[in-house]
Amino acid sequence: MDLSYYPGCTLKTRALNFEDSAIAAMAVLGVNLIELPRWNCCGTVYSMTDDDLAHHIAPVRNLVRIAEQGSDRVVTLCSFCYNTLKRADLLMRNSPEKRNTINTFMDDEIDYDGQVEVVHLLEVLRDDVGWEAVARKVKTSLEGLKVAPYYGCTLTRPQEIAIDSVESPTVLQGLMQAVGTTVLDFPLATECCGSFEIVSDPDAVIERAYTILGMAQRKGADAIVVSCPLCAHNLGHKQAEIAGKYSDFTGMPIVYFTQLLALAVGVNPEVCRFDLNFGGVEALLRDRGLIPQRV
Amino acid sequence: MRLEISLGRLRNEFVAKITELSGQDINLCYQCGKCSAGCPMSFIMDLLPNQVIRSVQLGLAEDITSSRTPWLCASCLVCTVRCPKGIDIASVMEAVRQIALRRSEDFIDPAGLERDTVAELPPIALVCGFRKLTG
Repeated sequence: MDLSYYPGCTLKTRALNFEDSAIAAMAVLGVNLIELPRWNCCGTVYSMTDDDLAHHIAPVRNLVRIAEQGSDRVVTLCSFCYNTLKRADLLMRNSPEKRNTINTFMDDEIDYDGQVEVVHLLEVLRDDVGWEAVARKVKTSLEGLKVAPYYGCTLTRPQEIAIDSVESPTVLQGLMQAVGTTVLDFPLATECCGSFEIVSDPDAVIERAYTILGMAQRKGADAIVVSCPLCAHNLGHKQAEIAGKYSDFTGMPIVYFTQLLALAVGVNPEVCRFDLNFGGVEALLRDRGLIPQRV
Repeated sequence: MRLEISLGRLRNEFVAKITELSGQDINLCYQCGKCSAGCPMSFIMDLLPNQVIRSVQLGLAEDITSSRTPWLCASCLVCTVRCPKGIDIASVMEAVRQIALRRSEDFIDPAGLERDTVAELPPIALVCGFRKLTG
C-alpha cells in the first residue's frame, strides 16, 4: 500500500530518528510512505480565533498540494502537523462561508472542499495494518521492556479530530503490546508537557517535565513512548537539569513509537538513530540486549 | 473588593470583542472550576482559567489584560474538552492574546532570545512559540 506522507519541519531536522524509523518500519509492514514532492510548513498550530482566516492558508495550501498530486489521503507522523492539517480540513468541510473566502483568496490554486483525508500513522497502524499483522511481523520481541505511553495534547484534542478516546486513549498501548512490551497504566498519558511555553518559560516546562517523568519513574517505566517531536524535546532535553534540581529523579529514556516498532520488526538499529534520543535510550536498549554493544 | 456591576460593564467593548473572536457564549459558564482543575499550567497562573472566564463575564477587561494567564496557557485544550457547558476556553485565551497581539503588544521578542536557546530549540517549538506569542 502506498500512502502520501507529509513530514513537516521538525521531522526533517531534529526528529530524523522519528522519520527514518517510521519509513523503514512501515516498509516492512508493506506500507510505503511516499513523501509529497512539494509541501510547506503547516503553521504548527491551528488558529482558534474566528476571524483569523489568514493563518489557515498554510495548512489548506498543503491539502491543495496533496489533492493536486492525486492523493485523497495523507499521513503525518508529527502530532502537531496532524492536528493542524486535520482541523484545517474540518474547517474547509464544515464552514461554507470561510471555505469560500479562503478559496477565493487562493485564486491561483484549485478549490479545496475536503478532498483529502488526514490521518496519523498510529491510525494507519491500528486501522489499516492491525495489531495482529504487526505482531506477526515481529522478529525481535521487546518482551521485558516496560513502557509508559504518552500522547500529549494534539492527537486526542479537540474531540472532533481525536484519533482515539479523548480521556483514555489506547492506540499506543495496542501497538506497544503488539511488539511485546509491557504497557504500564500511565495516568499522565494525555497531560500537556508545556508545549511552546518552552520558548518563553522554560522553567515552567521543566516543572511539567519533572511531573510527567517522575510519574513514569514511580510507575517503574523503562521508557516513555511518544509521538510528538515537541513532547520528545520538552520531556528529554533538560533531564540533567531536572535531576540536579530533584534528587529523586534519575533519568528517563524518551523514545518514538516508530523506533520501537522498527526495532521489533527487524529494521537495522542504525536506521533508528537512537543516538538522537534523550534520556539514555541507547544505554537501555544495549543493556536489554536489543541493540549490539558498542565496539 | 467592591465591584459595581452594571449593564454597561457587562456589555462593554472588551466582552463583545472576546465573544466575537472566540465565538463562545461566556455566560454559559457556571464556575464549576473543572477547567482550572485540569489545567497543566495553573501552578504558575495569577488568575485561574475559571477566574478569567468569570472576569470576562463581569467585563473586567483590565484584570484580564494585566494577567499573565493567557500567555501561560499552552493551548493543550484540556479545559475545552472537559467543560460541561461546552465552552471552548482555550479559544477564549487565544482571543485575549489576539487582542494584545493585534495592538503589536508581543509577549516575547524573538530577537531577544539567546543564540544558544534558539540553536537548542527544535523548529516546532520556535514556529509554535512565535505564532502564539508574537503578532
